[in-house]
Amino acid sequence: MSLQLDFPAVLERWPSFLAGAVLTLELAFFATVLGALLGTLAAVGRGTHNSLIAGACKVYVETIRNTPLLVQIFLVYFGLASLGLKYSAFTVAVAALTINVGAYTAEIMRAGFEAIPRGQIEAAEGLALSRFQIYWHIILLPAVEKVYPALTSQFVLLMLASSVCSQISAEELTAVANYIQSDTYRAFETYIIVAVLYVILSLVMRAGFWGLGLLLFPRRRRLGTPL
Amino acid sequence: MQQNAPSSEPIVSLHNVQKSFGALRVLDGVSFAVARGEVLALIGRSGSGKSTALRCIDRFEKVDGGQIVVCGHRVDRPDVNLRALRQDVGIVFQSYNLFPHLTIEQNITLAPCAVKGMATSQAKDLARKVLAQVGLDEKLHAYPEQLSGGQQQRAAIARSLAMQPKVMLFDEVTSALDPELTGEVLKVIEQLAADGMTMVMVTHEMGFAKGIADRIVFMHRGKVHETGPASILTSPTTPELTQFVGTGNLKS
Repeated sequence: MSLQLDFPAVLERWPSFLAGAVLTLELAFFATVLGALLGTLAAVGRGTHNSLIAGACKVYVETIRNTPLLVQIFLVYFGLASLGLKYSAFTVAVAALTINVGAYTAEIMRAGFEAIPRGQIEAAEGLALSRFQIYWHIILLPAVEKVYPALTSQFVLLMLASSVCSQISAEELTAVANYIQSDTYRAFETYIIVAVLYVILSLVMRAGFWGLGLLLFPRRRRLGTPL
Repeated sequence: MQQNAPSSEPIVSLHNVQKSFGALRVLDGVSFAVARGEVLALIGRSGSGKSTALRCIDRFEKVDGGQIVVCGHRVDRPDVNLRALRQDVGIVFQSYNLFPHLTIEQNITLAPCAVKGMATSQAKDLARKVLAQVGLDEKLHAYPEQLSGGQQQRAAIARSLAMQPKVMLFDEVTSALDPELTGEVLKVIEQLAADGMTMVMVTHEMGFAKGIADRIVFMHRGKVHETGPASILTSPTTPELTQFVGTGNLKS
């Protein structure tokens, strides 16, 4: 038994790998930004006294958390198509990933909201701040700070999970790899390279979140305990 | 010439206030009034209802019955304008409740800017002024966790003062502090009283209450059991207050 690896044959396709990696990062970026928004709104919605809104948010979160991502992607892809709506594979992928990560974000953010001491909200109410102002100025950032590591892990997971978007022919990293390996017959080498690229993308994202943390939490920067 | 409200009009008045938590009747017909510039101390055992009575004034608790009027707001009514009420009333809590992610300056400027629409530069001047009032001018840019408990509580008082309330409520503001830090907070409150601020305070510091309060309200089992000038602490008429002040509560 001998293992013969021929990396040069695969590596000469580096422009394709690079394009795929960039597209994966773009998918992750848009889905992270939109998913963070959607998830935060769903977490707020779940905490409201309006049982209709709270119920709808709960159904959304539980439906998404209990179905596979690939099935969700197909539902969005074929659902939009059967409504006669034509979007690019990229747009469909961003939409599906956003819906998916939004549900997980909602659960994490809910934990963050619940970790805010009641006294903080009373102090803000006592200063005559409105409900929206209290969420915006008093609850949101400290809640994010409390769950920041869980939140960023979720977004990195999302980037890795975006590989299943190759199934709807979004030209992201895994789709590119599938194409290259079928063209070069060098499957093992191809996926080794892809694995390394995913590790690099993860590190890029983590570095990004570290930088964002410095911006969002100036207190931790000042006190020398950055997240 | 504009006619001011007569000075006999109370800033805060409670009339026959009822409040239950489930089957537990916490306030059972509580009545008292606070005139402009008056300092009223609410005292009593734990569970006597004094903190609940205080929290009802700022509508952190909804009453089940009776009437509460604060600076003209009918607090007992469901349609009370909460934000208007809370601009007139400042409240300071036992656990300070400073916002941990904001500097002391930001803690103070937030409400004047967000609620009253004050310009940032003006709010910063105000922050400097109220911090000087509580002796913390040099802590403008510190974060709450960098301050001692006494300093945090003084900053919380300054934050409240920045909204220029007509009446201040203090809910056991020194109960979490050691005697030395208690002293520095009480000094600030004494200065406020000397400046004519109307105040209602729940306190376990009997010596302090005796020195500063114009009137004492002693609560027992959800009722106002005995009330009068500070001298009732040294010559109580009811056996319950006698026992309460006699159990070593009255420090000089």
